Formats: sequence, structure tokens, C-alpha cells
Amino acid sequence: MAKTVDARGFSCPQPVILARKAIAEGEFPIEVLVDTVTSRENVRRAAEKAGCKVRVEEKGEEFKLILQR
Amino acid sequence: MRERLTRFFASRWGIILAGAVIGLLAPLLQRLGNPPNMGICVACFERDIAGALGLHRAAVVQYIRPEIIGFVWGATIAALLFREFKARSGSAPIVRYFLGMFAMIGALAFLGCPWRALLRLAGGDLNAILALAGLAVGIALGVLFLKAGYSLGRTTRSHTAVGWIMPIFMGLLLLLLILKPQFSKDGPIFFSTSGPGSQHAPLIVSLVVGLMIGFLAQRTRFCTMGAVRDVILMKDTHLITGVGVLLVVAFITNLVLGQVRFGFTGQPVAHSNHLWNFLGMSLAGLAFALAGGCPGRQLFLAGEGDGDAGVFVLGMITGAAFAHNFSLAGKADAVVDGVLKVGGLTNFGMVAVIFGLVVCVLIGLTMRERA
Repeated sequence: MAKTVDARGFSCPQPVILARKAIAEGEFPIEVLVDTVTSRENVRRAAEKAGCKVRVEEKGEEFKLILQR
Repeated sequence: MRERLTRFFASRWGIILAGAVIGLLAPLLQRLGNPPNMGICVACFERDIAGALGLHRAAVVQYIRPEIIGFVWGATIAALLFREFKARSGSAPIVRYFLGMFAMIGALAFLGCPWRALLRLAGGDLNAILALAGLAVGIALGVLFLKAGYSLGRTTRSHTAVGWIMPIFMGLLLLLLILKPQFSKDGPIFFSTSGPGSQHAPLIVSLVVGLMIGFLAQRTRFCTMGAVRDVILMKDTHLITGVGVLLVVAFITNLVLGQVRFGFTGQPVAHSNHLWNFLGMSLAGLAFALAGGCPGRQLFLAGEGDGDAGVFVLGMITGAAFAHNFSLAGKADAVVDGVLKVGGLTNFGMVAVIFGLVVCVLIGLTMRERA
């Protein structure tokens, strides 16, 4: 069961803070929803730094980052 | 091609490029006429714009600064070219407006925004050390609130027109700068004939440099507040690398141009009141952290269509008006009859900074999402 983090509409650094919180909780895979390129880059960078594998799906103007251990 | 460029700008080399370009161009602007150690200062320049419009009447700081216009438009151009222009608004705008006001009050206590703090340091003005320390403390406090769940809420997509308001407003400012209308006898648009407001690089140069920086900063998400925040929050050094490069390149450029003089006292457009340099920038740092961006970043976001950032910018501009009308702004060191008189704040200014800190702390504490 994937954990979903809805970070759409939040300005930096919220998406990263929420993503890191989910990563710390350890329930994978995690789906992070964002709606700006900036948030996508920030979350990707933070997740990779935390040791996650990151895959990005683009859905219109939104991005879904799927984080795996 | 767009994807490759996007990846470059998002990389460490991208932000290093941004820092280097800013570090090179800002001292050059000073050489070409901008005030000393003030090649770029978002706070001072927005204050100068407020003065030109007559929102305050401090005669020595009145000039519509093209750099600010360039910052917004450069970001707009970058956003349009890379399909990132997105009109959005609605994240507690009234709070952001007042955060902008307090950020400006804090910055004017020091007589500079974080960009100018870096440039002052690069010019040998050691008071900037106190300012940067205060800035870091304010940002650290902001990080505590962020970790505890502080949020101004989600922004929502708006009609495209909403995103164009700030760029168009900047266009109007440019028109006023070029046409120099006078709206009443002894009325605006004002152009300082002495003091920092009278010191400016040629219009075209200021505008083009602003555009270049606005473009690069939008692409690389350059942010002097985020730089410190990310280190404290998650030991991430991406943004601060750009800031560090800015400082080093600016220092070297200043050395080459003979624009370095080390010291605390009598520095240009500066005061050496350590306590209020520190506290003023703590307030500014906290306000920037709560609003999600340094004053430069807020301009770049406004250029991208972010109405919430636009409101913060308007808060800063009007905050500058209040600061000068209510005698809240810092006063520079002066030499009177051969004796150094250390500048600083009036009692009003000190109360305003403390009041601002209290209000920002309250905002940080109360605007929480339920866990």
C-alpha cells in the first residue's frame, strides 16, 4: 500500500519537509504529489540524498514522484 | 534542448554560474554609478522606488531602480521560455503582505537586504558579519516553526491575468522612469539629486543586468534565505554554494576595481551599531523564512506569476514607505566635526524591530497545520 504525500500548492520548503517526514516513517513506496518544477527538483534532490530511488510521472501540470528504498 | 538546459540550471554548476554572474555584475553596477557597496540591494532599491513614487519623502533615496524591474521581467521571460509561468495565488496573502513590511523594516535597520549584506562584506564592510549572523539566527528560528508544522496554506491556480499583474506593474514603473512625468507641483515622480538615490548606473545597463540576473535566478531558484535555511534544515548545501560563489567572485571583482576597504566604522551607506544590525537582520531573516524566499526570490517568483510573492513585494515597498515616514530606518555613521558618530536606529526604529520580531514569532506559532 503506497503512502501518498499531497504537497500540491505548497511553497518551498513544505514539499521537502513533508517528503522527508514520510521517508523517516519508513513506509515505502511513497508517492509525493507536487505541482511545480521547483518542488519536483527539490523533492527529487532531497529523496536521493536520503538514499531513495526516485521515479517521476508527469500528469498534466502535476508531478508524482515515486520513492522507493 | 529545453530539458538539457533545465537539468543544467538545476545542477550545482547552474547555481555556481548564477552566483558567479551576480558576483561579477553587482560590483560592476557599482563601478558604473550605483551607490557604494550597493551594486544590488533589493530592499534599498524597493525603498528608492517607494520614494520616487512619493510614498515617502526622504529626498536622498528616490529613484525608480531598473534592476528591480529587470529581476521581475527576466524571471517572466525565463518562465515563459521554459513553460513555468503559472498564475497562482491565495496562500494567506494578507499575512505575506505584513511579512514583507516587517522584512523591509528589519532590512532597513541594517541598511541592506541579504544580497547587499554579501556585497558589503565583499567590499570590506565587516558590519555585514553581524548582519549575516543575525540573518542566520532569524532563519534558524523560521526553521523551528517550519519543522513544527508552520504553513501559510496552499496556493491555487488563478486566471492568467493574476500572474501578469506584477510584470505589468513593473512595466508601468519603467514608463514612469523613462517619461519622468510630474503629477503635481513639488510632487512625484521624484529623482534624487543628492545621496544614494542620485547614484545609479545608466538605465539600460541596470535594466539589462537585472534581466540577466532575473533569468538566471529563476532558472536556478537562487535564494539567499533558502541557502541558509537548507543547511540548517537538512544539511543541504546546494543553494549556499551559489551564495558562496557570489561572495568570492564579488570580492575578487571589488579587489580588481579597487572597491575594497576593510573596517566597521564609517563604511558607505552603513552604520556600525552591532546590536541593531544583528537584530534588524534577524527580523528580516525570520520574515523571509516564514514567507518562503529572500527578497530577490520573491521578485523572481512574482515574475513567474506567483501572486503571493507579488503581495510580499508590495508589502516590502510600502514597508519602506512606513520605515522612512515613521523614522524607523537606520541612519548611517557620520563624521561630525572630525568625530565619528555611530549611526543606528531611532527609538521608533528599535521598537519597530522588536514589535516585528514579536509579530513574526506569533505568526510562526499560530499558523500551524494540525499534526
